[in-house]
Amino acid sequence: MKSLKASGHQLADTAVQLELLHEEVAGNLRLPLFQEKMNAAGLFPLRPTGIDIFQVNVGKMCNQTCKHCHVDAGPDRKEIMTREIMQQCLDVLDQTDIATVDLTGGAPEMNPHFRWFVEEIHQRGRKVMVRCNLTIVVANPKYYDLPAFYRDHQVEVVSSLPFYNADKTDRQRGKGVFEDSIKAMKMLNAVGYGQEGSGLHLNLVYNPSGAFLPGSQEGLKRQFKRVLHDEFEVVFNDLYAITNMPVSRYLDFLIASGNYHGYMEKLINAFNPAAATGVMCRNTISVGYDGQLYDCDFNQMLDLTVEGPIRHIRDFNADLLNRRNIVLNEHCYGCTAGAGSSCGGTTA
Amino acid sequence: METYYNPEDLKKFGTIGEFQKELADKYFSYYGAVFADGALTAREKSLIALAVAHTVQCAYCIDAYTVDTMEKGCSEQEMMEAVHVAAAIRSGSSLVHSVQMMNKVKELSM
Repeated sequence: MKSLKASGHQLADTAVQLELLHEEVAGNLRLPLFQEKMNAAGLFPLRPTGIDIFQVNVGKMCNQTCKHCHVDAGPDRKEIMTREIMQQCLDVLDQTDIATVDLTGGAPEMNPHFRWFVEEIHQRGRKVMVRCNLTIVVANPKYYDLPAFYRDHQVEVVSSLPFYNADKTDRQRGKGVFEDSIKAMKMLNAVGYGQEGSGLHLNLVYNPSGAFLPGSQEGLKRQFKRVLHDEFEVVFNDLYAITNMPVSRYLDFLIASGNYHGYMEKLINAFNPAAATGVMCRNTISVGYDGQLYDCDFNQMLDLTVEGPIRHIRDFNADLLNRRNIVLNEHCYGCTAGAGSSCGGTTA
Repeated sequence: METYYNPEDLKKFGTIGEFQKELADKYFSYYGAVFADGALTAREKSLIALAVAHTVQCAYCIDAYTVDTMEKGCSEQEMMEAVHVAAAIRSGSSLVHSVQMMNKVKELSM
Protein backbone atom coordinates (compact mmCIF):
# COMPACT_ATOMS: atom_id res chain seq x y z
CA MET A 1 0.00 0.00 0.00
CA LYS A 2 1.28 3.45 -0.93
CA SER A 3 1.05 6.49 1.33
CA LEU A 4 -1.61 9.09 0.52
CA LYS A 5 1.22 11.41 -0.46
CA ALA A 6 2.83 8.96 -2.88
CA SER A 7 -0.51 8.10 -4.46
CA GLY A 8 -1.35 11.78 -5.01
CA HIS A 9 -4.49 11.51 -2.84
CA GLN A 10 -6.32 14.77 -2.14
CA LEU A 11 -6.16 14.08 1.62
CA ALA A 12 -2.37 14.35 1.47
CA ASP A 13 -3.10 18.09 1.41
CA THR A 14 -3.65 19.13 5.05
CA ALA A 15 -5.71 22.18 4.00
CA VAL A 16 -8.20 19.80 2.37
CA GLN A 17 -8.42 17.75 5.57
CA LEU A 18 -9.04 20.82 7.73
CA GLU A 19 -11.69 22.09 5.32
CA LEU A 20 -13.46 18.72 5.32
CA LEU A 21 -13.49 18.60 9.12
CA HIS A 22 -14.87 22.11 9.40
CA GLU A 23 -17.52 21.45 6.78
CA GLU A 24 -18.63 18.25 8.51
CA VAL A 25 -18.93 19.75 12.01
CA ALA A 26 -20.37 23.17 11.17
CA GLY A 27 -22.07 22.46 7.85
CA ASN A 28 -23.40 18.91 7.83
CA LEU A 29 -23.82 18.07 11.50
CA ARG A 30 -24.53 21.67 12.59
CA LEU A 31 -22.82 20.97 15.88
CA PRO A 32 -20.51 23.29 17.85
CA LEU A 33 -16.94 23.80 16.63
CA PHE A 34 -14.35 22.40 19.03
CA GLN A 35 -13.31 25.87 20.11
CA GLU A 36 -16.92 26.71 21.03
CA LYS A 37 -17.27 23.48 22.98
CA MET A 38 -14.06 24.22 24.91
CA ASN A 39 -15.24 27.75 25.56
CA ALA A 40 -18.51 26.46 27.02
CA ALA A 41 -16.47 24.12 29.25
CA GLY A 42 -14.34 27.07 30.46
CA LEU A 43 -11.27 25.69 28.70
CA PHE A 44 -10.71 28.31 26.01
CA PRO A 45 -8.14 29.50 25.35
CA LEU A 46 -6.46 26.23 26.28
CA ARG A 47 -3.19 26.90 28.08
CA PRO A 48 -0.21 24.64 28.84
CA THR A 49 0.47 23.38 32.33
CA GLY A 50 4.21 23.08 31.57
CA ILE A 51 6.49 20.95 29.44
CA ASP A 52 6.88 17.48 30.95
CA ILE A 53 7.15 15.53 27.70
CA PHE A 54 9.30 16.36 24.74
CA GLN A 55 7.87 14.34 21.87
CA VAL A 56 10.21 14.13 18.91
CA ASN A 57 9.06 12.77 15.57
CA VAL A 58 12.32 11.64 13.97
CA GLY A 59 10.80 10.93 10.56
CA LYS A 60 7.89 9.60 8.56
CA MET A 61 9.70 6.57 7.13
CA CYS A 62 8.20 3.27 8.30
CA ASN A 63 8.36 -0.42 7.36
CA GLN A 64 4.55 -0.61 7.70
CA THR A 65 1.69 1.23 5.99
CA CYS A 66 -1.16 1.00 8.52
CA LYS A 67 -4.66 1.87 7.37
CA HIS A 68 -5.33 4.26 10.25
CA CYS A 69 -1.95 6.06 10.35
CA HIS A 70 -2.29 9.78 11.12
CA VAL A 71 1.29 10.36 9.93
CA ASP A 72 0.65 8.79 6.50
CA ALA A 73 3.94 7.00 7.19
CA GLY A 74 5.38 4.22 5.06
CA PRO A 75 8.41 2.96 3.18
CA ASP A 76 7.88 5.63 0.51
CA ARG A 77 8.16 8.54 2.97
CA LYS A 78 11.66 10.00 2.98
CA GLU A 79 11.24 12.85 5.49
CA ILE A 80 13.78 12.13 8.23
CA MET A 81 15.29 14.19 11.06
CA THR A 82 18.92 15.21 10.57
CA ARG A 83 21.60 14.90 13.24
CA GLU A 84 21.79 18.70 13.30
CA ILE A 85 18.14 18.98 14.39
CA MET A 86 18.66 16.18 16.92
CA GLN A 87 21.59 18.15 18.36
CA GLN A 88 19.29 21.16 18.72
CA CYS A 89 16.86 18.92 20.65
CA LEU A 90 19.71 17.84 22.93
CA ASP A 91 20.67 21.51 23.44
CA VAL A 92 17.10 22.11 24.64
CA LEU A 93 17.41 19.25 27.12
CA ASP A 94 20.63 20.82 28.41
CA GLN A 95 18.80 24.13 28.99
CA THR A 96 15.75 22.59 30.70
CA ASP A 97 14.74 19.91 33.17
CA ILE A 98 12.24 18.19 30.85
CA ALA A 99 12.06 14.68 32.32
CA THR A 100 10.79 12.56 29.42
CA VAL A 101 11.67 12.32 25.75
CA ASP A 102 9.11 10.44 23.66
CA LEU A 103 10.48 9.32 20.30
CA THR A 104 8.06 8.59 17.52
CA GLY A 105 7.83 8.36 13.74
CA GLY A 106 7.26 6.47 11.31
CA ALA A 107 9.44 3.77 12.70
CA PRO A 108 11.92 5.87 14.68
CA GLU A 109 14.52 3.10 14.51
CA MET A 110 14.85 3.64 10.73
CA ASN A 111 16.43 7.05 11.29
CA PRO A 112 20.21 6.46 10.82
CA HIS A 113 21.00 8.64 13.86
CA PHE A 114 18.42 7.00 16.13
CA ARG A 115 20.79 5.04 18.38
CA TRP A 116 23.17 7.97 18.80
CA PHE A 117 20.20 10.16 19.75
CA VAL A 118 18.91 7.66 22.34
CA GLU A 119 22.41 7.32 23.85
CA GLU A 120 22.78 11.09 24.15
CA ILE A 121 19.39 11.52 25.79
CA HIS A 122 20.06 8.64 28.19
CA GLN A 123 23.46 10.13 29.14
CA ARG A 124 21.62 13.31 30.13
CA GLY A 125 19.62 11.30 32.66
CA ARG A 126 16.29 11.71 30.91
CA LYS A 127 13.73 8.98 30.47
CA VAL A 128 13.43 7.78 26.87
CA MET A 129 10.22 6.36 25.46
CA VAL A 130 10.24 4.83 22.00
CA ARG A 131 7.06 4.23 20.02
CA CYS A 132 8.24 0.99 18.49
CA ASN A 133 5.92 -0.72 15.99
CA LEU A 134 7.35 -4.14 17.07
CA THR A 135 7.76 -5.53 13.54
CA ILE A 136 10.84 -3.36 12.97
CA VAL A 137 12.67 -5.57 15.49
CA VAL A 138 12.37 -8.57 13.16
CA ALA A 139 12.36 -6.66 9.85
CA ASN A 140 16.11 -6.95 9.26
CA PRO A 141 19.04 -8.59 11.12
CA LYS A 142 20.48 -5.14 11.81
CA TYR A 143 17.54 -4.53 14.16
CA TYR A 144 17.66 -7.86 16.02
CA ASP A 145 19.69 -6.33 18.86
CA LEU A 146 17.17 -3.53 19.49
CA PRO A 147 15.72 -5.24 22.61
CA ALA A 148 19.20 -5.37 24.18
CA PHE A 149 19.90 -1.78 23.09
CA TYR A 150 16.63 -0.66 24.69
CA ARG A 151 17.41 -2.57 27.87
CA ASP A 152 20.91 -1.05 28.10
CA HIS A 153 19.45 2.46 27.86
CA GLN A 154 16.45 1.80 30.11
CA VAL A 155 14.11 2.74 27.27
CA GLU A 156 10.37 2.44 27.86
CA VAL A 157 8.95 0.66 24.83
CA VAL A 158 5.45 1.66 23.73
CA SER A 159 4.04 -0.51 20.97
CA SER A 160 0.86 -0.54 18.92
CA LEU A 161 -1.12 -3.73 18.89
CA PRO A 162 -4.74 -3.12 17.88
CA PHE A 163 -5.99 -6.61 18.70
CA TYR A 164 -5.04 -9.87 20.34
CA ASN A 165 -5.49 -11.90 17.19
CA ALA A 166 -3.96 -11.92 13.71
CA ASP A 167 -7.17 -11.30 11.82
CA LYS A 168 -8.01 -7.82 13.09
CA THR A 169 -4.39 -6.76 13.60
CA ASP A 170 -3.38 -7.66 10.05
CA ARG A 171 -6.45 -6.00 8.55
CA GLN A 172 -5.32 -2.72 10.09
CA ARG A 173 -1.54 -2.98 10.01
CA GLY A 174 -0.73 -5.35 7.13
CA LYS A 175 -0.38 -9.06 6.44
CA GLY A 176 1.88 -10.92 8.86
CA VAL A 177 2.13 -8.00 11.30
CA PHE A 178 0.55 -9.87 14.22
CA GLU A 179 2.90 -12.85 13.89
CA ASP A 180 5.95 -10.57 13.66
CA SER A 181 4.68 -8.48 16.58
CA ILE A 182 4.45 -11.58 18.78
CA LYS A 183 7.99 -12.61 17.74
CA ALA A 184 9.25 -9.14 18.67
CA MET A 185 7.39 -9.20 22.01
CA LYS A 186 9.05 -12.54 22.79
CA MET A 187 12.46 -11.02 22.07
CA LEU A 188 11.65 -8.05 24.31
CA ASN A 189 10.34 -10.37 27.04
CA ALA A 190 13.54 -12.43 26.77
CA VAL A 191 15.71 -9.45 27.79
CA GLY A 192 13.33 -8.59 30.64
CA TYR A 193 10.69 -6.32 29.12
CA GLY A 194 7.27 -6.74 30.72
CA GLN A 195 8.70 -9.08 33.36
CA GLU A 196 7.86 -8.35 36.96
CA GLY A 197 10.65 -6.64 38.88
CA SER A 198 12.82 -5.95 35.81
CA GLY A 199 12.03 -2.25 35.71
CA LEU A 200 11.81 -2.59 31.92
CA HIS A 201 8.43 -1.43 30.68
CA LEU A 202 6.69 -2.69 27.59
CA ASN A 203 3.37 -0.93 27.16
CA LEU A 204 0.88 -1.65 24.41
CA VAL A 205 -1.29 0.81 22.55
CA TYR A 206 -4.77 -0.34 21.55
CA ASN A 207 -6.75 1.54 18.94
CA PRO A 208 -10.06 0.37 17.49
CA SER A 209 -9.79 -1.43 14.17
CA GLY A 210 -12.79 0.32 12.67
CA ALA A 211 -15.22 3.19 13.06
CA PHE A 212 -15.93 2.85 16.76
CA LEU A 213 -14.54 4.18 20.03
CA PRO A 214 -12.36 2.28 22.47
CA GLY A 215 -14.13 0.70 25.44
CA SER A 216 -12.86 0.63 29.01
CA GLN A 217 -9.05 0.72 29.04
CA GLU A 218 -8.99 -1.52 32.11
CA GLY A 219 -11.30 -4.09 30.51
CA LEU A 220 -9.25 -4.17 27.29
CA LYS A 221 -6.03 -4.52 29.28
CA ARG A 222 -7.45 -7.53 31.18
CA GLN A 223 -8.50 -9.23 27.95
CA PHE A 224 -5.20 -8.55 26.14
CA LYS A 225 -3.19 -9.76 29.14
CA ARG A 226 -5.16 -12.98 29.38
CA VAL A 227 -5.14 -13.91 25.69
CA LEU A 228 -1.57 -12.82 24.93
CA HIS A 229 -0.29 -14.74 27.93
CA ASP A 230 -2.43 -17.87 27.55
CA GLU A 231 -2.34 -18.25 23.77
CA PHE A 232 0.95 -16.62 22.77
CA GLU A 233 3.07 -16.71 25.96
CA VAL A 234 3.95 -13.02 25.91
CA VAL A 235 3.64 -10.43 28.67
CA PHE A 236 3.45 -6.65 28.87
CA ASN A 237 2.96 -4.01 31.56
CA ASP A 238 0.24 -1.56 30.67
CA LEU A 239 -2.21 -0.96 27.86
CA TYR A 240 -3.18 2.47 26.58
CA ALA A 241 -6.51 2.75 24.79
CA ILE A 242 -6.36 5.43 22.12
CA THR A 243 -9.15 6.89 19.99
CA ASN A 244 -8.52 7.08 16.25
CA MET A 245 -8.23 10.69 15.12
CA PRO A 246 -10.26 11.67 12.07
CA VAL A 247 -7.19 12.74 10.08
CA SER A 248 -5.08 11.41 7.20
CA ARG A 249 -5.56 7.71 6.39
CA TYR A 250 -8.19 7.13 9.06
CA LEU A 251 -10.17 10.07 7.67
CA ASP A 252 -9.84 8.46 4.23
CA PHE A 253 -11.18 5.18 5.68
CA LEU A 254 -14.11 6.96 7.38
CA ILE A 255 -15.14 8.71 4.18
CA ALA A 256 -14.64 5.70 1.89
CA SER A 257 -16.60 3.37 4.22
CA GLY A 258 -19.50 5.78 4.72
CA ASN A 259 -18.75 6.13 8.44
CA TYR A 260 -17.49 9.73 8.54
CA HIS A 261 -20.77 11.39 9.51
CA GLY A 262 -21.63 8.89 12.25
CA TYR A 263 -18.11 8.84 13.69
CA MET A 264 -17.82 12.62 13.97
CA GLU A 265 -21.28 12.84 15.52
CA LYS A 266 -20.30 10.19 18.05
CA LEU A 267 -17.03 11.95 18.94
CA ILE A 268 -18.75 15.29 19.41
CA ASN A 269 -21.63 13.91 21.46
CA ALA A 270 -19.14 12.07 23.67
CA PHE A 271 -17.24 15.31 24.50
CA ASN A 272 -16.15 15.06 28.12
CA PRO A 273 -14.90 18.23 29.88
CA ALA A 274 -12.92 16.10 32.35
CA ALA A 275 -11.10 14.40 29.47
CA ALA A 276 -10.54 17.80 27.85
CA THR A 277 -8.90 19.12 31.01
CA GLY A 278 -6.27 16.38 30.85
CA VAL A 279 -5.35 16.48 27.15
CA MET A 280 -1.70 15.76 26.40
CA CYS A 281 -1.01 19.02 24.50
CA ARG A 282 -1.04 20.81 27.87
CA ASN A 283 2.19 19.21 29.07
CA THR A 284 3.83 18.22 25.77
CA ILE A 285 5.82 19.88 23.02
CA SER A 286 5.98 18.05 19.73
CA VAL A 287 8.99 18.47 17.44
CA GLY A 288 8.75 17.73 13.72
CA TYR A 289 11.48 16.06 11.67
CA ASP A 290 12.48 19.51 10.37
CA GLY A 291 12.58 21.10 13.85
CA GLN A 292 9.20 22.84 13.68
CA LEU A 293 7.30 22.92 16.97
CA TYR A 294 3.71 21.78 17.49
CA ASP A 295 1.25 21.25 20.34
CA CYS A 296 0.96 17.53 19.51
CA ASP A 297 1.78 14.94 16.86
CA PHE A 298 -1.71 15.32 15.31
CA ASN A 299 -1.32 19.09 14.89
CA GLN A 300 2.10 18.31 13.43
CA MET A 301 0.57 16.10 10.75
CA LEU A 302 -1.96 18.83 9.95
CA ASP A 303 0.82 21.46 9.64
CA LEU A 304 -0.66 23.42 12.57
CA THR A 305 2.49 24.88 14.17
CA VAL A 306 2.44 26.37 17.67
CA GLU A 307 1.16 29.92 18.06
CA GLY A 308 3.54 32.69 19.05
CA PRO A 309 7.08 33.76 18.21
CA ILE A 310 8.79 30.42 18.97
CA ARG A 311 8.11 27.96 16.18
CA HIS A 312 11.42 26.13 15.69
CA ILE A 313 13.55 24.05 18.02
CA ARG A 314 16.61 26.28 17.45
CA ASP A 315 14.67 29.19 19.04
CA PHE A 316 13.27 27.11 21.94
CA ASN A 317 12.23 29.15 24.95
CA ALA A 318 10.25 27.31 27.63
CA ASP A 319 8.90 30.48 29.27
CA LEU A 320 7.46 31.83 26.04
CA LEU A 321 6.09 28.44 25.01
CA ASN A 322 4.39 28.02 28.38
CA ARG A 323 2.51 31.26 27.74
CA ARG A 324 1.15 30.20 24.36
CA ASN A 325 -2.43 29.37 23.47
CA ILE A 326 -2.75 25.78 22.24
CA VAL A 327 -3.93 25.49 18.64
CA LEU A 328 -7.31 23.73 18.45
CA ASN A 329 -9.26 22.35 15.53
CA GLU A 330 -12.08 19.92 14.85
CA HIS A 331 -9.86 16.80 14.99
CA CYS A 332 -9.30 17.60 18.70
CA TYR A 333 -12.71 16.07 19.41
CA GLY A 334 -10.85 12.75 19.11
CA CYS A 335 -8.89 13.47 22.31
CA THR A 336 -11.89 14.59 24.39
CA ALA A 337 -14.45 11.84 23.70
CA GLY A 338 -15.49 9.53 26.50
CA ALA A 339 -12.62 8.72 28.82
CA GLY A 340 -10.30 10.84 26.63
CA SER A 341 -7.31 9.85 24.56
CA SER A 342 -3.61 10.65 24.60
CA CYS A 343 -0.27 9.03 23.84
CA GLY A 344 -0.52 7.69 27.41
CA GLY A 345 -4.08 6.41 27.07
CA THR A 346 -7.20 7.80 28.73
CA THR A 347 -7.16 11.26 30.30
CA ALA A 348 -10.28 11.31 32.50
CA MET B 1 -39.14 5.57 2.43
CA GLU B 2 -41.10 5.30 5.68
CA THR B 3 -40.32 2.29 7.84
CA TYR B 4 -41.22 1.20 11.34
CA TYR B 5 -37.51 1.01 12.17
CA ASN B 6 -35.44 4.18 11.83
CA PRO B 7 -31.75 3.93 12.89
CA GLU B 8 -31.93 7.57 14.06
CA ASP B 9 -34.51 6.55 16.69
CA LEU B 10 -31.90 4.55 18.59
CA LYS B 11 -30.11 7.81 19.46
CA LYS B 12 -33.40 9.09 20.91
CA PHE B 13 -33.84 6.23 23.39
CA GLY B 14 -32.92 8.56 26.22
CA THR B 15 -35.89 10.81 25.41
CA ILE B 16 -38.51 8.30 26.61
CA GLY B 17 -38.53 10.28 29.87
CA GLU B 18 -40.41 13.06 28.08
CA PHE B 19 -43.64 11.11 28.64
CA GLN B 20 -42.82 9.51 32.02
CA LYS B 21 -39.66 10.87 33.62
CA GLU B 22 -39.68 9.06 36.95
CA LEU B 23 -39.93 5.58 35.49
CA ALA B 24 -37.43 6.39 32.72
CA ASP B 25 -34.93 7.66 35.28
CA LYS B 26 -35.39 4.50 37.34
CA TYR B 27 -35.00 2.34 34.25
CA PHE B 28 -31.81 4.01 33.01
CA SER B 29 -30.30 3.96 36.48
CA TYR B 30 -31.08 0.24 36.73
CA TYR B 31 -29.78 -0.32 33.19
CA GLY B 32 -26.48 1.36 34.02
CA ALA B 33 -26.08 -0.71 37.17
CA VAL B 34 -26.88 -3.96 35.34
CA PHE B 35 -24.16 -3.41 32.75
CA ALA B 36 -21.39 -2.29 35.12
CA ASP B 37 -18.55 -4.64 36.06
CA GLY B 38 -19.79 -7.01 38.78
CA ALA B 39 -19.53 -10.74 39.34
CA LEU B 40 -19.67 -10.79 35.55
CA THR B 41 -17.44 -8.34 33.65
CA ALA B 42 -19.01 -5.58 31.56
CA ARG B 43 -17.52 -7.40 28.57
CA GLU B 44 -19.30 -10.68 29.42
CA LYS B 45 -22.56 -8.82 30.00
CA SER B 46 -22.24 -7.15 26.61
CA LEU B 47 -21.89 -10.54 24.89
CA ILE B 48 -24.98 -11.81 26.76
CA ALA B 49 -26.86 -8.68 25.65
CA LEU B 50 -25.80 -9.32 22.05
CA ALA B 51 -27.16 -12.87 22.22
CA VAL B 52 -30.42 -11.74 23.85
CA ALA B 53 -30.77 -8.98 21.24
CA HIS B 54 -30.84 -11.68 18.55
CA THR B 55 -33.35 -13.71 20.55
CA VAL B 56 -35.77 -10.81 20.93
CA GLN B 57 -34.84 -9.78 17.37
CA CYS B 58 -34.60 -6.13 18.27
CA ALA B 59 -32.85 -4.26 15.44
CA TYR B 60 -31.92 -1.40 17.77
CA CYS B 61 -30.39 -3.77 20.32
CA ILE B 62 -28.45 -5.69 17.67
CA ASP B 63 -27.02 -2.42 16.34
CA ALA B 64 -26.19 -1.13 19.82
CA TYR B 65 -24.63 -4.34 21.14
CA THR B 66 -22.64 -5.04 17.99
CA VAL B 67 -20.93 -1.68 18.53
CA ASP B 68 -20.68 -2.21 22.28
CA THR B 69 -19.05 -5.64 22.01
CA MET B 70 -16.61 -4.28 19.41
CA GLU B 71 -15.76 -1.36 21.70
CA LYS B 72 -15.14 -3.80 24.52
CA GLY B 73 -12.63 -5.68 22.40
CA CYS B 74 -14.68 -8.81 21.66
CA SER B 75 -13.54 -10.79 18.66
CA GLU B 76 -15.85 -11.57 15.76
CA GLN B 77 -15.68 -15.27 16.72
CA GLU B 78 -16.86 -14.49 20.26
CA MET B 79 -19.72 -12.39 18.92
CA MET B 80 -20.89 -15.10 16.53
CA GLU B 81 -20.57 -17.80 19.20
CA ALA B 82 -22.80 -15.70 21.48
CA VAL B 83 -25.45 -15.56 18.73
CA HIS B 84 -25.15 -19.33 18.28
CA VAL B 85 -25.87 -19.77 21.98
CA ALA B 86 -29.09 -17.78 21.47
CA ALA B 87 -29.91 -19.81 18.35
CA ALA B 88 -29.23 -23.12 20.13
CA ILE B 89 -31.58 -22.23 22.99
CA ARG B 90 -34.28 -21.07 20.58
CA SER B 91 -34.08 -24.21 18.44
CA GLY B 92 -33.75 -26.37 21.52
CA SER B 93 -36.94 -24.92 22.92
CA SER B 94 -38.74 -26.09 19.78
CA LEU B 95 -37.10 -29.48 19.74
CA VAL B 96 -37.63 -30.26 23.42
CA HIS B 97 -41.37 -29.76 22.85
CA SER B 98 -41.21 -32.58 20.32
CA VAL B 99 -41.15 -34.91 23.32
CA GLN B 100 -44.74 -33.79 23.92
CA MET B 101 -45.52 -34.60 20.30
CA MET B 102 -43.88 -38.01 20.66
CA ASN B 103 -45.82 -38.69 23.88
CA LYS B 104 -49.08 -37.89 22.12
CA VAL B 105 -48.18 -40.03 19.12
CA LYS B 106 -47.42 -42.96 21.42
CA GLU B 107 -50.63 -42.40 23.37
CA LEU B 108 -52.73 -42.50 20.21
CA SER B 109 -50.92 -45.25 18.34
CA MET B 110 -51.59 -49.01 18.44
